[in-house]
Amino acid sequence: MSEAVTPSPAVTETVSVVDDRLAEVSLVTKLLRRPELGALIGALAVFLFFAITAESFRTLSGVANWTDVASTLGIMAVVVALLMIGGEFDLSAGAMTGTCGLLLGLLTTEWGLSMWPAIIVTFAFAALVGFTNGYMVMKTKLPSFIVTLATFFILQGVNLGVTKAITGTVRVAGLTDVPGFESAAQLFSSTFWEPHNFRISVIWWIAITAVATWVLSRARFGNWIFAVGGDANASRNVGVPVQRVKITLFMLTSMAAALVGTMIALRLGSIQAGQGIGEEFTYIIAAVVGGCLLTGGYGSAIGASLGALIVGMAFIGIQFSGWNTDWRFLFLGVILLMAVLVNNLVRKSAEGARK
Amino acid sequence: MTVQAEPAPQASTGGGVPLLEVRHISKYFGNVIALKDVSCRVGAGQVTCVLGDNGAGKSTFIKILSGVHQHSEGEYLVEGESVRFNSPRDARERGIATVFQDLATVPLMSLWRNFFLGSEPMIGKGPLRRVDVKTARRVMREEMAKMGIDVRDPDQPVGTLSGGERQAVSIARAVYFGAKVLILDEPTSALGVKQSGVVLKYIVQARERGLGVIFITHNPHHAYPVGDRFVVLNRGKLMGDWGRDEITRDELVQTMAGGAELDQLTHELQRQLGRAPNGR
Repeated sequence: MSEAVTPSPAVTETVSVVDDRLAEVSLVTKLLRRPELGALIGALAVFLFFAITAESFRTLSGVANWTDVASTLGIMAVVVALLMIGGEFDLSAGAMTGTCGLLLGLLTTEWGLSMWPAIIVTFAFAALVGFTNGYMVMKTKLPSFIVTLATFFILQGVNLGVTKAITGTVRVAGLTDVPGFESAAQLFSSTFWEPHNFRISVIWWIAITAVATWVLSRARFGNWIFAVGGDANASRNVGVPVQRVKITLFMLTSMAAALVGTMIALRLGSIQAGQGIGEEFTYIIAAVVGGCLLTGGYGSAIGASLGALIVGMAFIGIQFSGWNTDWRFLFLGVILLMAVLVNNLVRKSAEGARK
Repeated sequence: MTVQAEPAPQASTGGGVPLLEVRHISKYFGNVIALKDVSCRVGAGQVTCVLGDNGAGKSTFIKILSGVHQHSEGEYLVEGESVRFNSPRDARERGIATVFQDLATVPLMSLWRNFFLGSEPMIGKGPLRRVDVKTARRVMREEMAKMGIDVRDPDQPVGTLSGGERQAVSIARAVYFGAKVLILDEPTSALGVKQSGVVLKYIVQARERGLGVIFITHNPHHAYPVGDRFVVLNRGKLMGDWGRDEITRDELVQTMAGGAELDQLTHELQRQLGRAPNGR
């Protein structure tokens, strides 16, 4: 990149002409190009709906309630979105939150570690599981869907089997008595803003969303995430380390599961062996509602957060409205269907407008 | 990549040492002869067209030039120096850039992100080290302007561009990142007539900027207007190597189709048509 860099006078002229025409890209086009637009409209609609049907939904304590549900969901949805933009799935993410919470519980209550070393070991373990997932997907070239489905079942089995074998029950309890619990709980599971009691996890969620958004829009790694999900071959041809990017994404997903698992274990002082099972689909739904394409290469972290917010509002809203909570699955299904239909249109207009 | 002792370069028609030259290269896959005794060269500001029908050995040839495969016999010279590339990256470092037909851009990513993908300009320090978006957008627009393309919106996804424009992005990128020789793999094969014309224009532009271009195609009508040399391959062998003034377009078409074979085909078709007077 030497002689070609300096523009000739003639070129400068052309560019200035181009500059004028830049204004022609309308605001509408720019908005439509944002993947999170649909989720934003959806979130507003869902909020208005439940604000009308349930009075407690719109009070600050109500807000604290549904942001709590949305926060742990949102943390996972954001990293799952990054992974999906990178073109892969992780079906083990839900079970992984349980595994990590249980591991933390066993390390502290059964094997005598104090809280902070146990948290570090838990995160290291999560990184290892994520690496294994990614490495297997890369080396076997099998769809990550099937590889992580296997991981999911393995983790589910281990969670139940190991917990029962060691504690004789299906839960690990007694974390509150472990040295270091107070300071760890302060960071991972405290509340703020009396008397509404917003959860600290909401702060984590917002921070993680902000960092992920920055990475996607400005960091080199973010550029590579879009590239490996959009076209792994083309990325490899221009020198993007495809395997490294994807394995890193798997590791981030598992480590986010460790964060959420730690939060849940510390919040309750105990954790169930079935924790997180089935939630992996909720994460994917949130990411898809937020504009992620199932085929990869497109999506947003803010969108995934909004998707998580929609799910959180719906779960609490249905409860507050006094309806049977079983309806929330119907709601999830309808929202997901609407989202994929909208996303399909978006991709068509982005990919194949003028061939 | 290994650089061997430099043999005395022959004087080429372009004057001086050609940018890229292969001499009598062959490629075997087991006992299959994919390419046998092929020679070809390109100088600065020249377009060498490599023509051949399907199965002629074009893709093997391009893969050797771009560093994907290594030749079994013969010599590969870059600026007079004998080389052996182990990967496309090696080739790129020597200024040999290959634009593969459809494996060069990510459709859902914006123009400027595609342009700098893998070589992003960075600013800032430590954890705030980030892609210099402003520079990336500006440089991309300038480089595309040099190709004669007005970029109205740097954030436009590449997938919304026409096929010809997408080729232009790849070419502009290769040139910006220091390519001396551009290898274009069937850049017009998936395009309509008009778009093909646009790509041919870019080829001429690259040549005028002093690059050597190797243009691989199966369409002599696309090759003839832009080529300085024509190399025709058939069944892995070199059919001929002509300068522009040594061959006419019709002769080129004839050679490519394998002369006698085409005559026979014409004859057969006529017989068929004669037999079915109502058919079309």
